[in-house]
Amino acid sequence: MSAESTKTTGPEPKFPEKHYLNASYGIRSWLLTTDHKRIALLYLASVTFFFFIGGFFAMMIRLHLLTPSGYLLSADTYNRMFTMHGVAMIFFFLIPSIPAVLGNFLIPLMVGAKDLAFPKINLLSWYIYIIGGCFTLYSMVSGGLDTGWTFYTPLSTVYSNSAVAPAVVGIFITGFSSILTGLNFLVTVHTMRAPGMTWFRLPLFVWAHYATSVVMILGTPVIAITLALAAMERLFGLGFFNPAMGGDPILFQHLFWFYSHPAVYIMILPAMGVISELIPTFARKKLFGYHFVAAASLAIAVIGFLVWTHHMFLTGQSTYAALAFSFLTFLVAIPSAVKVFNWTATLFGGSISFDTPMLYAFGFLGLFLIGGLTGLFLGCLGVDMHVHDTYFVVAHFHYIMVGGAVMGYLGGLHFWWPKITGRMYPEWLARIAALVLFVGFNLTFFPQFLLGYLGMPRRYHVYPPEFQVYNVMSTAGASILAVGYLLPMIYLTWAAFYGKVAGNNPWPATGLEWTTASPPPTENFEVTPVVTWEAYDFHSRPELGLDVPGTPSGVVAPAHGHD
Amino acid sequence: MHRTGALFGQFETLEQQKDTASLGMWIFLVTEVMFFGGIMLAYTINRHSYFHAFAMGSKTLSLKLGTTNTVVLLASSFTMAMGVWSAQVGKKKLLPMFLALTITLGFIFFGIKYVEYAQKFHHHLVPGRNFDITYCVNNPSRCEDMSAEEIDAERVELQEAQAADPDLNAHAQLYYSAYFGMTGLHALHMVIGAGLLFWLLRESLKGRFTPEWNTPVDLVGLYWHFVDIVWIYLYPLLYLIDRHN
Amino acid sequence: MQSPLPFFPEQASNFAGNVDALFLFILLTCLFFAVLVTVLAIYAAFKYRRTSPGEVGSTVHGNTMLEIGWTVIPLVIALGMFSWGAVIYVNYRTAPKDTLDIYVVGKQWMWKLQQPNGKREINELHVPVNRDIKLILGSEDVIHNFYVPAFRVKMDVVPGRYNTMWFRPTKIGKYHFFCSQYCGTNHAVMGGYVTVMDPAEYAAWLSDEAGNVDPVSAGEKLFTQLACVTCHIANGTGRAPSLNGVYGAKVLLADGTTVTADDAYIRESILLPKAKIVAGYQPVMPTFQGLVSEEQILNLTAYIKSLQSQPVPAKGAGIAPANAGKK
Repeated sequence: MSAESTKTTGPEPKFPEKHYLNASYGIRSWLLTTDHKRIALLYLASVTFFFFIGGFFAMMIRLHLLTPSGYLLSADTYNRMFTMHGVAMIFFFLIPSIPAVLGNFLIPLMVGAKDLAFPKINLLSWYIYIIGGCFTLYSMVSGGLDTGWTFYTPLSTVYSNSAVAPAVVGIFITGFSSILTGLNFLVTVHTMRAPGMTWFRLPLFVWAHYATSVVMILGTPVIAITLALAAMERLFGLGFFNPAMGGDPILFQHLFWFYSHPAVYIMILPAMGVISELIPTFARKKLFGYHFVAAASLAIAVIGFLVWTHHMFLTGQSTYAALAFSFLTFLVAIPSAVKVFNWTATLFGGSISFDTPMLYAFGFLGLFLIGGLTGLFLGCLGVDMHVHDTYFVVAHFHYIMVGGAVMGYLGGLHFWWPKITGRMYPEWLARIAALVLFVGFNLTFFPQFLLGYLGMPRRYHVYPPEFQVYNVMSTAGASILAVGYLLPMIYLTWAAFYGKVAGNNPWPATGLEWTTASPPPTENFEVTPVVTWEAYDFHSRPELGLDVPGTPSGVVAPAHGHD
Repeated sequence: MHRTGALFGQFETLEQQKDTASLGMWIFLVTEVMFFGGIMLAYTINRHSYFHAFAMGSKTLSLKLGTTNTVVLLASSFTMAMGVWSAQVGKKKLLPMFLALTITLGFIFFGIKYVEYAQKFHHHLVPGRNFDITYCVNNPSRCEDMSAEEIDAERVELQEAQAADPDLNAHAQLYYSAYFGMTGLHALHMVIGAGLLFWLLRESLKGRFTPEWNTPVDLVGLYWHFVDIVWIYLYPLLYLIDRHN
Repeated sequence: MQSPLPFFPEQASNFAGNVDALFLFILLTCLFFAVLVTVLAIYAAFKYRRTSPGEVGSTVHGNTMLEIGWTVIPLVIALGMFSWGAVIYVNYRTAPKDTLDIYVVGKQWMWKLQQPNGKREINELHVPVNRDIKLILGSEDVIHNFYVPAFRVKMDVVPGRYNTMWFRPTKIGKYHFFCSQYCGTNHAVMGGYVTVMDPAEYAAWLSDEAGNVDPVSAGEKLFTQLACVTCHIANGTGRAPSLNGVYGAKVLLADGTTVTADDAYIRESILLPKAKIVAGYQPVMPTFQGLVSEEQILNLTAYIKSLQSQPVPAKGAGIAPANAGKK
């Protein structure tokens, strides 16, 4: 079924005359914009750039691992590849992606505001991201980085011969971009909701970003100070983490993971927020258990701060600590499970279509399920003692971050592309790309679970020959995955200029963002909206033109938000 | 733009604008708590592990200068609060005066800090190759700013500390890492605060702040008070270890 | 390895069976829920697929009992998984009393292992079967990790502290061990084999002298390798005092005091060379803190001790002249 058949009949939608994209022209109007929608597109360009960089390093890794004895790269070069892959993907793609692109674009629209609370700070956060990115790029080209994205000391502070300082400074700077984005979102949700938009009428996308923002502002400063201390140790010989000076390398790990574990929730919560929009929209049904899903987002954010030591079960720390953190780790899995059950329950009694965004939602469901469940193995002390720091871990986090977060990101991009650009992407090509992604992804990462349990450690540039078959499978999958990523980049760009005109609400969906034009005007709404309906309530929105019992016949989806 | 304190485009009312700005500043201060919290954790753990070295390090700080600085900062918070009050009741002449006083007190703090830092450099107490906690005791002629009684007192403390901790120098270096890290970070925040105060002073001289709209004064005040509170923590943690004799 | 597509490593320790069983339990439980959710989702996708363009779903949007159910049941199962894992882990972290202790030192990028009788191995570990083995792990530089997949055990090796791990090998054979914490360039080649032997064969292997290294010759090698010899020239013409005859003798320091050159003095001179400067010499010796292990210091000390009987040069000796000794 295509988007056309999900739309009710009516006149062909017209492209609006004035909107945020043509409100002003010239490079200055973009580089000095304070319009959250334009800033979102600035972020889209920059995170995509870093995705390419991280993807290039990934390609080098998988190509090199085709043979057990390292035919392509030297040890030092390989070590730089996996380090920079991690740094680029985590700090410059995954953490900003959904919040800075979709969150920035949609949150004011979803709450009924004209912009975020602090538009200039929003622009500042993008510039901070760019500056941090420049430092990190400089590190990559001026000798590279080979410490692993985790920067464990004293390897990173004393022994590494790579460009650690610029990279660490770059990440430090980019952290402030994250903090400012989170701050903006929190304040916006608190003070800028339109009349009638009560907390429990908010879309769950907003709840998810609220929870993410709490994590961003509480966690990111800690990685900032940790990296600052590590930089000072490397540059000026301070000794907090250096055992030769009485310092403690484990202290670094505690400080590092105190942020970096919540960071993974920064990466996944927004994706879950996207899924919470996609499933109700394409099942045409209220999300099952709205309050529980909202509460689960907050629970994940809070409990997520209490589990960091599960990355350190085998550092020789106290057994009691390990027991406590393993217990808490199992607790943090529960709200995620609750969400998965609620999403699945939403499908029952729905009217389900299989547009591309819904395919991504289904893909997310399956892959996040596997990724999340495999976290249980790692949180379980008796299994972690075998699979810690093996490919099992690598597979687990890629299932969540790629199978989960990236699927959510792509699903969201497709879903809101008509709102952002005013045009539809080519549906059949998009579905094929989604399928290619799903297949390529599983082929790449499922064998890595097997490699991990067999005992292949991670970050190995050579490996025992008995591990080769699974490695070759993984590389084969990666080549398919690459195609799956390239396709949307190409056709989404094409569609932005030449796609079919979408109209206000092509799906139709129930969020406030769909009541205004596509693309929206700079001030988002001609008139401040007044909200009288619950989230995802298809039954009390006759203007959507759907077959709701009680709607007089002949009412047609208006597709304009302001007639 | 916003020269007269008018409404920004994204807001519906002035009250919404003020609430938003306020909430934003409070959330930012929470992030600052987390930021300083990290280094305070490192300090706490190392002090617990190497108490004697930390006590020794603390004793090499000047209690006189540290206490003076504490009083100076507290006074500056008072003048800042008076500045905020002046803005709120519309005393347009008093506001710049209090801001100027706050800046002056801030600079006095910087001056004293500079003296302290210079002393540390001179006394070989900066972490790095030349760090030597025994320097002044072993070379009293090189530490002219210390009196003979002070050197003798320090010698006694040093011997006790060395007896308790054979690796005293390495661990004292950790104390000084914490000292420079924490006070350096604090000083950096004060420099930013001073910059903000200069800007406020300039704008207040133009009469820009009124009882209806004085949000920047309010927010900078919050920031300044926060920086002061950080010092209130740093002072006992750094200057007052084991000083009860 | 067995088949080209294996799933499990060999089970060769007391932990392996338990860990695999726990793994299987978690796997089957997760598989059950994953299949359940997948089947339900696919079923719903078919049963409730859209049949007309304007169709909407029902108004059902919640069920508190269901929410409680699917919160509590996974919680209980999760706690079961936690408990089983905790039991294995606590057992792993609590070494039994009567263990055969082996010292393991990890450094970039090799492992040095020392058996109870002092016999040393490099990148190899020989152990008797069915005996409780405890490894005491130390690092000379960065964090490493000693990992034996067939035993299902690993432990970080952290500089500045000792970590311990224990296991009981249950099957004779040769099993890979790996470094499992990224430690720099050659992290991936920093491994070897654990050879589990019949106890009698182990005993025989242990008493074979071939692997032992004499500390004095080890120290002599180090003395050259670390370039000590470039300054501490034996005939006293170097930048640093000759070490002939120094061990055990009195040394005159720059501040006029004398000190006995015992083991502690030698250790301090290597790690904190600026602490005591010999009279007539400049404080130019670099510190070897972080560059030599305790073991190497012992070997160097043994070598320096062996220089007691060497001829002391008239000029450039480290020893104090006979009339010195005023405080």
